[in-house]
Amino acid sequence: MELTRRDAVAALAAVGATGGVALAARRSGDGPDRADADRDDAGRADGEGDDGGDGDALPDDETVRAAMTAFATVLYPSEVEGVEAFVDRFLDGRLDGSAHATGVRTTVGELDDAARSWYGAPVAELSEDDRDRLLREVGADTADEDSDGTLAERVRYHVVNELLLALYASPTGGELVGLENPQGHPGGTESYRQGPR
Amino acid sequence: MSAGDASRDGDRSPVANADVCVVGSGPAGALVADRLAADREVVVLDAGPRFDPTDRLTRQERAIRPSYDRPDVWDVGGERDAHSNSGEWFYPLNHARVKGIGGSTLHWQGMVMRLHEDDFNSKTERGVGPDWPIDYGDLRSYYAEAERELGVAGASDNPYAPPREEPHPMPAFEPSYSDSLFAEACEELGIDMHSVPNARNSETYDGRSACVGYGTCQPVCPAGAKYDATVHVDRAEEKGANVIDRAAVQRLEHDADRVTAAVYATPDGEEHRQTADAFVVACGGVETPRLLLLSESEEYPDGLANSSGTVGKFFMDHLFAGVGGTLDEPTRQNHVGFYTSACDQFYDEADEDIGPFKLEFFNYAGPSPVEMALTGNDWGDDLVDRLRDGYGTHVAMGGLVEQLPRSDSYVTLDPDRTDDHGNPVPDIHWSVGDRALRTIERANEIQRSVLEELGAEIEWVAGPDATGPAFHHMGTTRMSADPDAGVVDADCRTHDLDNCWIASSGVFPTSGAMNPTLTIAALALRVADDVREQLSQPL
Repeated sequence: MELTRRDAVAALAAVGATGGVALAARRSGDGPDRADADRDDAGRADGEGDDGGDGDALPDDETVRAAMTAFATVLYPSEVEGVEAFVDRFLDGRLDGSAHATGVRTTVGELDDAARSWYGAPVAELSEDDRDRLLREVGADTADEDSDGTLAERVRYHVVNELLLALYASPTGGELVGLENPQGHPGGTESYRQGPR
Repeated sequence: MSAGDASRDGDRSPVANADVCVVGSGPAGALVADRLAADREVVVLDAGPRFDPTDRLTRQERAIRPSYDRPDVWDVGGERDAHSNSGEWFYPLNHARVKGIGGSTLHWQGMVMRLHEDDFNSKTERGVGPDWPIDYGDLRSYYAEAERELGVAGASDNPYAPPREEPHPMPAFEPSYSDSLFAEACEELGIDMHSVPNARNSETYDGRSACVGYGTCQPVCPAGAKYDATVHVDRAEEKGANVIDRAAVQRLEHDADRVTAAVYATPDGEEHRQTADAFVVACGGVETPRLLLLSESEEYPDGLANSSGTVGKFFMDHLFAGVGGTLDEPTRQNHVGFYTSACDQFYDEADEDIGPFKLEFFNYAGPSPVEMALTGNDWGDDLVDRLRDGYGTHVAMGGLVEQLPRSDSYVTLDPDRTDDHGNPVPDIHWSVGDRALRTIERANEIQRSVLEELGAEIEWVAGPDATGPAFHHMGTTRMSADPDAGVVDADCRTHDLDNCWIASSGVFPTSGAMNPTLTIAALALRVADDVREQLSQPL
């Protein structure tokens, strides 16, 4: 099942990301090949995207996007396609100057540090099995999400649930379980009246 | 920014020469303010903040994410909202209210039924509880007006509803797919289904969007399709009313016959006195009696307007009755966050032993897949398998049951615990009688029969042992023609004070089993008319 641009916009709408409208306008008419070209612009837009190289600094947007996409391939069902473009577009609206964005960057940075320490490579360069293992080793599978909690709780909040919320609040994510209009998606008032397809 | 607020630029000082001071900006206070603002100087004081309407999607995310509890969605809780529970039944007060401009309509479900004619005459018709000093006919035109003000989507297909004079302002939402499943079972059992009135736009109304199906109606509608009282707050401000947020009223100053000022505290630590010719207290069924009790004086040692001794007494809520289960076929739940069919067939069978109750056919039975996805130890293919197993075949019926007023169910002050201003917090002492519990059993009996007829495997029953409140605070400043038996008269004006009205479900002498907000709105419009009339005469 293919995740589309509509899914990414819907996922952003569900979480109230301020970049949603801008994203729709900025990407109007573009194709999937534009993602890379836009990436740097988005990274610099908030003034926090070029801090790479300093050990205490937040990771740059490219690192965050690469890690989040890598995690999404673990977190999303194997039948889902178009993950990279979906996550990229979702993060266009999510990696703004908000405290939430800082939380995502900080947490991904810590996970990248852990990946380098334990596996000798950043998240984006790990195998899918190792990414899965990393998430479980930090305890994100059993932790309750908490944006200000332990690393495990923050990973659950800013990485695992961030990406799962994006997927399952989107139309395609809903359709994976037979629900075209999942909670959080303004999918209208017709589908509730329709029988099974 | 609206006119009133813009002109004051965040100034929280009192308004000079105010005609009317409204305490509370929920639906009652907002409607009163809007009704009077065009030709009167109106000031509204609210303890809570003015929420930014652009934050609603962020609040929706809180509603979906597991780390936020329900009160977190609208920033309820903390010292400001501290409370006690001394009753046998626990009452989750901070799940049941929102403090701020718009009040609890910010998180309500938005169901707006009229009370039935017998609800106003419980003693006469059912042999229990008091009669109201007004009847359905006194509110009928106000109900119609309230439906227009709030924007109600409904139809006239309910043979059990009280008489009405005109169609609802908007067409009803169409029945759901699961309603069609219920309909077959109900037809077999001789149970009638009909539409249900929603304060939710089925089409564009009053400049507000039609419902777009976010599915998070309770606790937040990002689209603004569900009515909330900011609609009338904004309108009142456009007419010139001054609405002051984060202005927690500490006490009402008074002499023997009149309220003279509302003393309120602002975030800068200052206290102010808002004088006015008339005061309308509209803080809901808990904070209204609390404010009156906090305003005790030599003239009123037991609390302001409490010569009858009934301030805070007879606290009531509706009780939930429900049955749920699963079918062996898809039921298409959780596309929207509201229900579209109900059954009032058994409502007017109420008597001394069994109270009125209404039945609801849910469109949101079982778990939401999004919320399921955010909890659990799995992801990837394992997670989607769990979601497919857990979603898709649930059905459920709910219902609300009347609770009678009881002397052992009340709101008072807890002298041992104070809020952020050092005032004693409200103590909820909630008690529920046997009639309500029997009524839950009766509702469960019908619900169970419908689900069994459907072929459902029943998985849960919210019966007498598992019931809970519907978050409708009623009865604590009851209406009575007798000054010794109630706080307000038939016009909702306090018996003790000539210039003080109460606009709230607190004035309900009995609760019926219908969601109270439409009746709150109708009474508020009636209060506004009475205030205007009284202000036109020497008070």
